[in-house]
Amino acid sequence: MSTLSAALPHLPILQVVVPLISAPICFLLQRAGLAWAFSTLVSWLAFATSVMLLRAVMADGTIHYEIGGWAAPWGIEYVIDAANAIVLVIVSGIGAAVSSYAPRSVLAEIPASQRGLYYTAYLLCLAGLLGVTITGDAFNVFVFLEITSLSSYVLVAAGAGLDRRALTAAYNYLVMGTVGATFFVIGVGLLYMVTGTLNIADLHERVPPLLDNRTVHVAFAFIVVGLGLKLALFPLHTWLPNAYTYAPSTGTAFLAATSTKVSVYVLLRFLFGVFAPTSGLMALTMDYVLLPLAVIGMMAATVAAIYQYNLKRLLAYSSVAQLGYMVLGFAYGSVDGLTAAVLHLFNHALMKGALFLALGCVMLRVGDVTMHGVRGLGRQMPWTMAAFVAGGLSLIGVPLTVGFISKWYLVGAALEDGRWWIAALILASSLLAVIYVWKVVEAAYLREPPAGRTVREAPLSMLVPTWILVLANIWFGVDAELTVSVARTAAMGLLGVAP
Amino acid sequence: MNPSFLLAATLLLPLIGTLFIALTGSRANLREAVTLVTAGLLAVIVYSLLQDVLAGARPAATLVEVVPGLPLALEIEPLGMLFACIASGLWIVNSLYSIGYMRGNHEHKQTRFYMCFAIAIASAMGIAFAGNMFTLFIFYEVLTLSTYPLVAHKETAEARQGARIYLGLLIGTSIGFQMVAIIWTWLAAGTLDFAAGGILRGKVDPAVLPFLLALYMFGIGKAALMPFHRWLPSAMVAPTPVSALLHAVAVVKAGVFTVLKVVVYVFGVDLLAETGASQWLIGVASFTLIAASLVAMTKDNLKARLAYSTISQLSYIVLGAALATSYGVLGGALHIATHALGKITLFMCAGAIYVATHKTEISEMDGLGRRMPFTYGAFLVGALSIIGLPPLAGVWSKWYLAMGAVETGLWAVVAVYMISSLLNVAYLIPVVARGFFKPSAEPVPQSVGAAAAPAAGGLQEAPLLCVLPPCLTAAGCVVLFFYADAVVALLRPLVQ
Repeated sequence: MSTLSAALPHLPILQVVVPLISAPICFLLQRAGLAWAFSTLVSWLAFATSVMLLRAVMADGTIHYEIGGWAAPWGIEYVIDAANAIVLVIVSGIGAAVSSYAPRSVLAEIPASQRGLYYTAYLLCLAGLLGVTITGDAFNVFVFLEITSLSSYVLVAAGAGLDRRALTAAYNYLVMGTVGATFFVIGVGLLYMVTGTLNIADLHERVPPLLDNRTVHVAFAFIVVGLGLKLALFPLHTWLPNAYTYAPSTGTAFLAATSTKVSVYVLLRFLFGVFAPTSGLMALTMDYVLLPLAVIGMMAATVAAIYQYNLKRLLAYSSVAQLGYMVLGFAYGSVDGLTAAVLHLFNHALMKGALFLALGCVMLRVGDVTMHGVRGLGRQMPWTMAAFVAGGLSLIGVPLTVGFISKWYLVGAALEDGRWWIAALILASSLLAVIYVWKVVEAAYLREPPAGRTVREAPLSMLVPTWILVLANIWFGVDAELTVSVARTAAMGLLGVAP
Repeated sequence: MNPSFLLAATLLLPLIGTLFIALTGSRANLREAVTLVTAGLLAVIVYSLLQDVLAGARPAATLVEVVPGLPLALEIEPLGMLFACIASGLWIVNSLYSIGYMRGNHEHKQTRFYMCFAIAIASAMGIAFAGNMFTLFIFYEVLTLSTYPLVAHKETAEARQGARIYLGLLIGTSIGFQMVAIIWTWLAAGTLDFAAGGILRGKVDPAVLPFLLALYMFGIGKAALMPFHRWLPSAMVAPTPVSALLHAVAVVKAGVFTVLKVVVYVFGVDLLAETGASQWLIGVASFTLIAASLVAMTKDNLKARLAYSTISQLSYIVLGAALATSYGVLGGALHIATHALGKITLFMCAGAIYVATHKTEISEMDGLGRRMPFTYGAFLVGALSIIGLPPLAGVWSKWYLAMGAVETGLWAVVAVYMISSLLNVAYLIPVVARGFFKPSAEPVPQSVGAAAAPAAGGLQEAPLLCVLPPCLTAAGCVVLFFYADAVVALLRPLVQ
């Protein structure tokens, strides 16, 4: 008990350091079973830490933590407010669910020699994502962003055991990701040149008065484009469909639910926490760059999803569309819009996590996640397909799921702003989502399975984590009080509006 | 018992029933017993709630606060009480009928059928007792989704196609229009609670009220206002008990019920009357009313004809609401009850004919009436009630609707109601006339049945459980004629 209370003030650093140090230990464990057990334990610890942090933030306000006791402008500072506390919970929560789910799926999809390494890469990725989210230092963001990126290239490439195309997908991802990260660090460097600080809070003080400065303009452009690449903002999304299609099921589930979300958060933090939201440059970018791209991405990717045969690719395109919703939310620049964006960030992680995990079950049993592969599965794998349908309904935005809450706030924010056509497009896009979800439903429930195929339901070790996410989809769709209040606090904090 | 508890029980009971239907799926008799017991208990609960409501009580319950300011709440008012009585009462009759029909036809996947049916009833209860527009919308969507497997039941290419149109139009209109209207209302009024006299007075510019109303009216796809009516004929690929209870009673009535709720408790009749925001709706509803009747005349498939007849009858109710007078609303509400009884009778008869003879086209049914006198008798009574002849219930709702039209001085609307009644005669009576008066196209088989029971005069009725339910509802049409004042007394607070 006493050690626990002694550890409490150090939760912010433990959040990152525990998974980071665990990664090399995991590598040394060698045996896949041990590595899995260890990485799952670490994931759950990280989840517990993030929940405690969220509770502390909601109760007592922002937490500042100075690394090594060095005061802020010189040392690195971790800053946790509602906006990143919720992202920490998403990342570590999805990590915990996916790693609990992993052993059977990894056993089937990844060669024996690589399994221990795969878990190691996963832990590095987790540490990187948590680090990006928690830090209050712009350069530190870049460092963790690189850790995340390098380890996620490995996670994608690990799919090569099943399909060699995973290698080109990972390579493509690497090229695009590196360009993105480089742009980002160039932007940060330019800001440092002008302001002499890397601390985000200090940047927030010093950048707004310099908004007419050419260097700041350039920095802004580099950062927005760089992060746009990382979060797969249309038309910078081209790396994403292949990466998600060919990565192993667990890798896809983890990356799809967390990594782009973290990039969205960083963009959010830089747009509102560094550059002032009222400036002319900013307003122009919002209205004439981000907003149109988000809307086009939302529609184009949804239409593309309808024509997909491979379900992982279908969901990948749907992710691009959903990222459009999030960017849309903060492109409004209003409290309601930001609330909707943060809310959707959380909700979408739950939906995509559940959907990709369900597909992982299909992959394990059928070995084929195409429209053909799921034929007749409604009877043969009832729990798996029920999970998929529940996730799909959430994606459409049917009431009593988290998707509905997201849609409600997104449309509400658009109407509040008087942007009728955007509200109409959001709804049109969710109606198109009905088409691609229903194609799967029809194949699974209204068609006979291919002749001679007999498959069993997926093992419980995979069904339980999948269903935990499905139930979370329903729980936070029926009682959204918590998520909405956190999202609103986050939005107000980012905009600097007093509650 | 505590009314709030009973209120929640109306939702929970069918859901518990669903669970037990699933558990007893392998033993058909037990499974059907579960359905019947659940339906019976539900009717008892609804009846006891009815006594409370008649005594002036307004039981309410809040289930959960979804997001701040938007609770999932139930509250009973007269209109919802009426809808719940109809849906729960007819569920019993229809369950009996389902047993006869599904077994008589050897349909597959019956467990799924009964489960989805129970969920659909639970959502109908949720719609009936919804305390705010948000709750209503949620159950409205659940109803759509839970009836999808029923429409796709046969799993043929045709069923898949029909179910696709069904889902596409109902989800499309509800998310595309209705949800926007609800969010708009929420932003403007700051509440979605149903309140007497409406919640929009002074909150929305009267100039845009017609537009908001349009979002609601077309968004409520279940009311089948043209041009969003195609889902109803498509849904006819479902087994007939589904068409009978859901697409003559629960689903479509949920649609017009929502229309009335929106008109009475969101907009307020007075507001609509003062601003004239519903004027355009009179035109659209009148057009749907007449056009659907005309289309019905061209249909040879009996169920398709009944489906278009339903579209037309639903517009009676929408038109009543659009008139924005107390008689119009009262007549519309009453028509929910009378048309439900009449139309479920017709559908069940159509199903009985199908079970007995496997015929679906009216032109093939010549002379059948003499072999199936009970079925055809019930059909005649149902048809006459829908046409609106005394002493059948249908006359009262048409009476009030016409009074509503007279009240506004819109004689054209009165004419629409009258012309449509004539069209009803034109498309419903020939079915009966062909059955009784035309000679049978094929010789009456002189087989075992006729030889064994010569006294029955060659009777070839469907199984008892297929024939008894329509006879019961036909009798209901007569009874309701004499007790219509009780229903009007229940509904009276609606327009005061």
